Amino acid sequence: MTARVTIDESSVPRLPRGMRLKHDETRQQWVILAPERLFVLDETAHAIMSSVDGTASVGAIVDELAARFNAPREVILTDVTALLQGFADKGVIAA
Amino acid sequence: MTEAPAPPLALLAELTHRCPLQCPYCSNPRELTARSGEMATEQWLSVLEEAAALGILQVHFSGGEPTARNDLEAIVAHAEGLGLYSNLITSGVLLDRARLEGLAERGLQHVQLSFQGAEPENADRIGGFRGGHAKKLAVGRLVTEIGLPLTINAVMHRQNLDELEDMIAIAVELGAQRLEVAHVQYYGWALHNRQALLPTFEQLERATKTVEAARRRLAGVLVFDYVVPDYYARRPKSCMGGWGRRFLNISPAGYVLPCHAAETITGLTFERVGSRPLAEIWRDGPAFQRFRGTDWMPEPCASCERREVDWGGCRCQAFALTGDAAVTDPACALSPHHEDMLSLARQETAVAPPDFVYRRIGAGP
Repeated sequence: MTARVTIDESSVPRLPRGMRLKHDETRQQWVILAPERLFVLDETAHAIMSSVDGTASVGAIVDELAARFNAPREVILTDVTALLQGFADKGVIAA
Repeated sequence: MTEAPAPPLALLAELTHRCPLQCPYCSNPRELTARSGEMATEQWLSVLEEAAALGILQVHFSGGEPTARNDLEAIVAHAEGLGLYSNLITSGVLLDRARLEGLAERGLQHVQLSFQGAEPENADRIGGFRGGHAKKLAVGRLVTEIGLPLTINAVMHRQNLDELEDMIAIAVELGAQRLEVAHVQYYGWALHNRQALLPTFEQLERATKTVEAARRRLAGVLVFDYVVPDYYARRPKSCMGGWGRRFLNISPAGYVLPCHAAETITGLTFERVGSRPLAEIWRDGPAFQRFRGTDWMPEPCASCERREVDWGGCRCQAFALTGDAAVTDPACALSPHHEDMLSLARQETAVAPPDFVYRRIGAGP
């Protein structure tokens, strides 16, 4: 990391090398394996993080999730931005 | 203990005790295992299979210096094949581009590179290895060039804590994501060298301020791991996230340990991999059972609201300072031994530090 990443609708988030989204079979949960730490994802976080593919923009991810969960777009946008910004600050995603 | 414990999350695999460096705070036991006593490649591969089956998600390859083993590539590849996340904890001094690229190709996910300080001459003196610091800088650059995430582990103590600001600058310059400002923990070699290593209270106060300011300045650029060292703490650290709760450690000779320093506690019985399944050793091995959970706790831990936050602190430290591993960690202000610990720190830091006893195979007790 050289500069802080700011997440907005046009950002295209991706999982950088060293971050691995994995289903933990033993505990039946989704996790992100990261350098010397591990993030357990709840259902919402998993829905967001599984949409992060290095090509979809935050705006596109929000559109898709809003449609899939039939939820107001601005609510989804707030949730997605907050989660991704938090992960960006921890180095879990790049954009 | 009637209920089966939750499976561990991570394995600390100490592949060897061999190391070109001689840091006087080394976390290895004072009685080091020689090369002839190390587990063979196939034994490590089957350890990884058992670990994955047990529910372990991450493996930290450590030592000694893990790159001193020329089968590290095969071991990392096997971990990757099992879906385990591989982390290399290294001094870096034996690494070059070809070796790092080979490890990355085989699935290595992350490198934790240790530093002995920010000032080259002093760092080389502390590590007992001439040219080590320059080599580490080069390796740190290689790691980020190759595209692997990098954590800098800066082991700090009385003789380098004042270099902290420069250490942070090095981490940023190398492109590290994380910086562990790792105060020395006093077991084994470090306990033996404590008087040379324990920082003064004033040094510590400055360091804490430095970290707090840098953390704000570098938000989103560098993640800091920083814990106040035990001797000046008010509450103990949650050592290993609780004994036998999240981690298991396997020594070069194959002993299965609840933590890397557990062998410093006398009277515990450790089992070896291969003697019975790893899952059984984890579940009901006597060393794991001894301090797992809260049943073993004395007061003031037993009725403390933080008993499942810090799990009574560190057993090895309790043993090192009181001779009894089953008492509250003296780092806790509620421990009857807390004042003794603090006055010991005051006494030892009031005088000039003695020479180091360097860590060497054969230099132990």
